[in-house]
Amino acid sequence: MSVLAISDVSKVFAGGTVAVERFSLNVADGELVCLLGPSGSGKSTLLRMVGGFEQPSAGVITIDGDDITRLTPDKRPTGMVFQSHALWTHMNVFKNLAFGLKLRKLPTAEIREKVEAVLELVGLAGYGNRLTHQLSGGQQQRVALARSLVLEPKILLLDEPFASLDQHLRERLREEVRDIQQRLKITTLFVTHGQDEALSMADRIVVMREGRSEQVDRPDVVYRNPQTPFVAGFIGSMNLVDGTVSNGQFSGAGLSVPLPVSDGPATLAVRPEALELVVADRGAARIHRITDFGSHGLVDLDLEDGTRIKAMVAHPDLFSQGQSVDVKPTAIAAFRDNAQIYRG
Amino acid sequence: MAVTITARPRIDGLGITFTLLLSLAIIFPLLVVGTWAFTEIWRYPNVVPQQFGLRFWEQTLTRPDVWGALTLSLQLSTVVTLLSAAICLPAAYAFARMSFPARTVLFFSFLAGHAFPKFGLLIAIAAIFLQLNLIGTFWGVVLIQLVGTLLFMIWIPVAAFQAVDRRMEEAARDVGASPLRVFWSITLPQAGPTIAAAVLLTFVGTFYETEGAWLIGAPAIRTMPVLMISFINNQMVIQYGAVLSVMLWVPSFVALMFARRVIGGGAFARGFGG
Repeated sequence: MSVLAISDVSKVFAGGTVAVERFSLNVADGELVCLLGPSGSGKSTLLRMVGGFEQPSAGVITIDGDDITRLTPDKRPTGMVFQSHALWTHMNVFKNLAFGLKLRKLPTAEIREKVEAVLELVGLAGYGNRLTHQLSGGQQQRVALARSLVLEPKILLLDEPFASLDQHLRERLREEVRDIQQRLKITTLFVTHGQDEALSMADRIVVMREGRSEQVDRPDVVYRNPQTPFVAGFIGSMNLVDGTVSNGQFSGAGLSVPLPVSDGPATLAVRPEALELVVADRGAARIHRITDFGSHGLVDLDLEDGTRIKAMVAHPDLFSQGQSVDVKPTAIAAFRDNAQIYRG
Repeated sequence: MAVTITARPRIDGLGITFTLLLSLAIIFPLLVVGTWAFTEIWRYPNVVPQQFGLRFWEQTLTRPDVWGALTLSLQLSTVVTLLSAAICLPAAYAFARMSFPARTVLFFSFLAGHAFPKFGLLIAIAAIFLQLNLIGTFWGVVLIQLVGTLLFMIWIPVAAFQAVDRRMEEAARDVGASPLRVFWSITLPQAGPTIAAAVLLTFVGTFYETEGAWLIGAPAIRTMPVLMISFINNQMVIQYGAVLSVMLWVPSFVALMFARRVIGGGAFARGFGG
C-alpha cells in the first residue's frame, strides 16, 4: 500500500526552465526512497513539491489517498529536514522542538514529555537548554531531525541533510538516521547526490537526470543492472567504451569483445572490478598509472585511441607503469539508444 | 613533530600612528568641549582654565526654555521614530521579500532625498508647508524630520530582512506556522537586533536634527539643537553651548552603549551589508 503517490508531476519555473518532467513514483509505508542525481537533476525541486514549498505545474501528489497538491506546507503531514539544518538561532533546543507542538496547542506537560522523548531518540538527552550555536554540526543536524520527528509526520523529507558535514560524521549520522527510520517505520524521501549515501541507506533508489527518472530499483539492482549508460556511469565507477558490433563481436578503441547482439553502434560498460589484466607484448592497453590502496590496487589504462579506463587488481605489484597489457572483461553490459541491450 | 612557535609581539608602528591620529581627532574636541562646560574663566594664553565652576550649569538648568526644548525634542523624536517605523518597516519587508512592479525605482526614490543638497530640498518643502499652514507647527516639523529618517529606516531593515535565512522561515511553515506566525516568531526576532539598531539611529539622528526643525519650526517650535544655535547667535558665551553639548551628549552616549550591549556590534555591520 503506497503512502505517497506522485503522479505525472512536472515543474516549469518562470523563465521556462523545466526542473521536473512527468515524474511518477509510489512510496510504500515505512519505505526509505533516495532521490539520487547530479545537481540540477530536479531531485530537490521534487522534494520541495512534496513538502509544499513549490507548486507543481502539472500532476497530482497524494498522501494516504488525500490530494495534497495545492496545500501549503503547514497543512501537510510532511516533515522536512533542510541541508543547512535551518534551526531557529534565537531559540534554544527545547524551544526549537516545542514550537510545532505549541502551534498544535498541546498541554505543556505533554510537550515536555514529547520533546524529551525525541531528544533521547536522537541521542541528545539533556541538551534542551543549549543554544543552537553551542552545538556541533552533527548535533545541529540531529536537532533538525528531531524537530521534524517530534510532530510524527506521515512522510519525512530529507534534503541532503549531511552535505555540510565531514566524511566521518556523515557516515555515522547516516547509520543513525537509518536506524531511527527503521525503528519508527517512517516513510522517508531522501535527496542526495552522494551514491554512497543512497546505496547504504535506501530501500529503493530513484536515479534522476534532467528532471526525469532514469531508473527506480533496489540499490544492488541499480548497481549490478543499470538500465541506461547514465545510471551505469553515475553509480559506482564504470568504464564506458563506444564502438560498433558486427557479427556478434564488439570492437572499439582497440578492444574486441564478443557481444551477442544485432549489428550496429553500442556502448560497452565494464566495472573496474570486472576487468582482468594479462601482461602481453602487444596488448590493447598501456598502463598509465598504478595506485596501491593496500587492500587492492587501481590501474589506469590508456586504450589505443586514448580512452582512459580503470581496472581493479588484487596485486598491483605484479604490474608496472608503461607496461602493455590485454584486458579481459569478466562481466559486461551493453547499451544502445540509451537503453540496455545486453548483460552477461 | 610538535613545534611550538612563539611569536614575539612586534611593535606595530602604523597601528600606533593611527590610534594616535584617531584619538586626536575624536577625543580632543570632546575634551575641549567638556572642559569648557565646567569653566568659568579661561583666557587666551593659558592652556588650563583659570577658574573651574558650575556657574553656567546652574544658569542653563534654571532657564525654563531649556527644559521646554528638551521635552519638545524628546516628544518630537519619539513621534517621528514611531511614525517612521510604522511606515518604513512594512515597506522594508516588502522591498526585501516581495517582487512588484517598479520595485527598484521605488527603492531608490526613498533614498533620493539624500542625493540632493538638503537645504535646497528643505526650502522647496518650506514653500509648500507655508501654503498648508504647517510652518511653525509641531506636525510640520514631524513631517520634515520624517523625510530625513527614511534612509536608515528603509535601508538597514531591508538588509536585515534579506539576511534572514529563508530556510528558517520554510522550516517554521513546515511545522505548521501560518505566514503571519512565521513573521512574528521567526523573521522579526531574527531581524530584530538590526532593526533595533536602525530605530536607535533614527531616534538619535532626529533628536539632533537641526536644519529642518529650524526652517520649518521657527519661531514657535524650538528644539534643543535650535535653542543651542540661538544661544550661540545671541550672546557669544561659549559655556552655554558647551554645557548643552555635554547635556545632550550624555544621553546619546548612554543609549549607544546600551545598544551595543543589547544588539552587539555585528548587527550594525549586518545592517550595512557587512
